[in-house]
Amino acid sequence: MIVALTLFAGALGAVARFTLDSAVKRRWQTAFPWATVIINVTGSLALGLLAGAVLFGGQPAAWQTVLGTGFCGGYTTFSTASFETVRLVQQGRPGLALANALGSLALSVGACAVGLAAAWAL
Amino acid sequence: MARWGTDPHAELPSDPDVAARPSRPLHLRPSSWAWVFGGGVLGTALRYYGEVLLPHDGAAWPWATFSINLLGAFVLGALLEALARLGDDSGWRLRARLFAGTGGCGAFTTYSTFALETVSLTRGGHVGTAVAYGLVSVVGGVVTAWLGIVVASAVRRRRVAS
Repeated sequence: MIVALTLFAGALGAVARFTLDSAVKRRWQTAFPWATVIINVTGSLALGLLAGAVLFGGQPAAWQTVLGTGFCGGYTTFSTASFETVRLVQQGRPGLALANALGSLALSVGACAVGLAAAWAL
Repeated sequence: MARWGTDPHAELPSDPDVAARPSRPLHLRPSSWAWVFGGGVLGTALRYYGEVLLPHDGAAWPWATFSINLLGAFVLGALLEALARLGDDSGWRLRARLFAGTGGCGAFTTYSTFALETVSLTRGGHVGTAVAYGLVSVVGGVVTAWLGIVVASAVRRRRVAS
């Protein structure tokens, strides 16, 4: 049951990413892939909160499996982030490529730590 | 005038100045959601069982997520390059991109678990492993996505040459 819910949540996360990514790209056409950065940072923040709720709040670990491994995992993406960095290099924008690669890493890890700390403080 | 019976020409627009079927943007079509959803189930399932097979203990190198992310970046690079070389982004190529790329590779790989593992390593005092894991993953993902693009373009070129 947990596995079925996890797969369902992961697929919903993928659809949410697809819809949000396309909506952001339609409204703001920028060279920098903001949509994927926003998705990965918000998803990492959410997983940090979930992991903290389980770790410090005594919430059932199944929450983290279904909503964390499932939804957040399907919502965030590493492959698209990597691909977009390569495309920036190919388009002759090495500065933006570096900013995307390192910025995504720092902001996502930071957001996850903030989520974990917030769950601990609450 | 529907109350007089069924419309014998329901296929015609009621106002000729309005397109009969206004085309919705791709990301608001239920068919697109269905392809992304199907690929999302498959990608999440493969990642879930990968994480079950090699669970992260909070101290060692997170091999499951690391391998998943690099493999997924390679497949996405190869897929998008191959599809772009096979033709424009429509028909079966569009459905393949939504299913295998956006849904499959997108849900198979994960940034949130990657970030949480980096934070967990840091919290456990394994700062060196955390920094290395973060940087090697990001650089590795870029290299494997690029390798995927190179492989897909080489295969096509060889087929054209032979």
